[in-house]
Amino acid sequence: MAAVNPENRGLRLAVRYLVLILIAVIFLFPLVFMVVSSLKPDQQLLSDTSSLRAFLPVGDISLNNYADAFARAPVGLFIFNSVVVTGLTVLLALAICSLAAFSFVFLRWSGQGLVLAVILATLIIPFETIAIPLLLIVSRLPWIGIEGFEIGWLNTYRVQIIPWIADGLTIFLFVQYFKDLPRELVEAARVEGASWFQVYYRVIIPLSGPVLATAAILKFLIMYNQYLWPLIVVQQETYRPVMVGLGYYFQLNPAWGEIMAYLTVITLPVLAFYLVLQRAFIASIASTGVKG
Amino acid sequence: MASKLTRSNGAGWAFALPGFGLIALFIVLPFFFAFGLSLTNQRLISPNPTEYVGFANYRDLLGLAVITLEPERDEAGQLVREADGGIAYPRVRTVTRSDDYPQYRGMREWFRWQSGDNARVVIASDVVFMKALVNTLTFVVVVAPVQAGLALVLALLINQKLRGVNVFRAIYFMPVVVSIVVVSLLWRFIYDGNDGLLNNMLVGLTFGLFEPVDWLGNPDTALGAIMAMSVWQGVGFHMVIWLAGLQTISPTLYEAADIEGASKWQAFRYVTWPGLRNTAILILIVITMQAFALFAQVDVMTNGGPLDSTQVLVFQAVERGYGRQDISGGSTISVILFLIVLAISLLQRWLTRER
Repeated sequence: MAAVNPENRGLRLAVRYLVLILIAVIFLFPLVFMVVSSLKPDQQLLSDTSSLRAFLPVGDISLNNYADAFARAPVGLFIFNSVVVTGLTVLLALAICSLAAFSFVFLRWSGQGLVLAVILATLIIPFETIAIPLLLIVSRLPWIGIEGFEIGWLNTYRVQIIPWIADGLTIFLFVQYFKDLPRELVEAARVEGASWFQVYYRVIIPLSGPVLATAAILKFLIMYNQYLWPLIVVQQETYRPVMVGLGYYFQLNPAWGEIMAYLTVITLPVLAFYLVLQRAFIASIASTGVKG
Repeated sequence: MASKLTRSNGAGWAFALPGFGLIALFIVLPFFFAFGLSLTNQRLISPNPTEYVGFANYRDLLGLAVITLEPERDEAGQLVREADGGIAYPRVRTVTRSDDYPQYRGMREWFRWQSGDNARVVIASDVVFMKALVNTLTFVVVVAPVQAGLALVLALLINQKLRGVNVFRAIYFMPVVVSIVVVSLLWRFIYDGNDGLLNNMLVGLTFGLFEPVDWLGNPDTALGAIMAMSVWQGVGFHMVIWLAGLQTISPTLYEAADIEGASKWQAFRYVTWPGLRNTAILILIVITMQAFALFAQVDVMTNGGPLDSTQVLVFQAVERGYGRQDISGGSTISVILFLIVLAISLLQRWLTRER
């Protein structure tokens, strides 16, 4: 190969970075616009869209939109609901899916192959194709709670949590991970007299940090961003999560400043969480692809 | 020895049952319910008992026919012309409301074309459903390859050995963690006909020559606008999966290609691309399934309009099953949607099978 002219190389490097930066701008500008606009009064927000001022926190900057947004709707309640639903679902999913995967990988029992095949077959059923019949099912399901026996799960936390706990992908991720763990550990623990649950809880789970993180992140993203399901099963404000709560800002004339403030409030925590755990997030998504 | 240690029917079932039970109740059962309900007239709440109606729901959605309208003629046998010079035809309702054609009863015109002096009119039992079907298929056919292709380009850019490249990877992936509902609202602002960022930018770049477009309010651009935004939001997800695939390709293969004097394109064509085969299949199937599930964007941005130009299948299923509480109608659309998704995944598998 001919020696590369150093000036030429510097230029090529600059072009490469320029391309990367231009693409980055395409992905960032709506989010920057959201945060910056949330600080501006409606009048200025609209007039600023005609120039680059749309992306700069200039002019009449204040947190008024946030105060108005919180005054218009019970934002705190919506966030609380989303945190409850997301948190509980993630925790229950990790426990129940890892336990099932444990029994598929480390135990031998009759019917195991068929049960696993059914679970994996559900991977080709998009949720959107079962939402309507599921709506009928949950509207007729019985429940025994503190208030006693009742029929119907609509307008509750449980209807947002329980159907989402177990899914084929999460079990599949745990199965793949457990398969690579040394079986001798399990056998040694059994010889020493540990029960199966002790093996699961004391031996396998402590070794499962990476897959627990992966499954938790994927579940978190799905649950926090839920829209279609809560839209059709929750009509009461008391149980409404953040994405459905957005409807409040579209009665009559949309107040864009307030909307941007609300969007910022519900999005920034997720983005911050993502930026801190960026590598883990990306590894999670990647792991759904590699072994599939 | 090992098998004795691990055989345990009791513990096996006990550990698997919570997960399997939930999946059976909340995924498998509604899946089969959808098929069953689509053959009934089930409503969410109804005083009347549910009845078996056979394939009536499917007929109501899929009924399709072509009728031929002969031009109107005056007494001399000359064609009658409309005010604009076009040939005058009898109205479609003279056929769909006539007792002579009970099989066309209740159908409405979907579209028509001219054949000689006659007009051929395609009539459908449910024109909105037909539009939703065509829009959904259009969305999938455009978005799947475009998104997969752009994701691969981004993955190749990120896969360079450059300082700070991980920062760019993190930025490109960022929209994936943002809710599609939030993204849709932001883009409503970008696409706005008056103060939209996109119009302002295009007007600025063309020094005022560009005529502002109401992107979501115009039937010709609304679906395209939703497609572009969907690609923007989802492309980072598939970029990461491509990247994972790229990293499984052994560097020694590239070194060998380099020694052989392969050009960059040849290295991609003969080393990278064959190594990405399985990743490509997976990505196509995942994107196709995600694209068929299109709902939130339409619900937030256009509600199916303008003029049904952004109606899609899931939106229709929800509008019936939830909006009109017509569980059987919604389930029928769900079944049709599932059968299409299944057929396309099988087709993709067959097209990309090992030879």
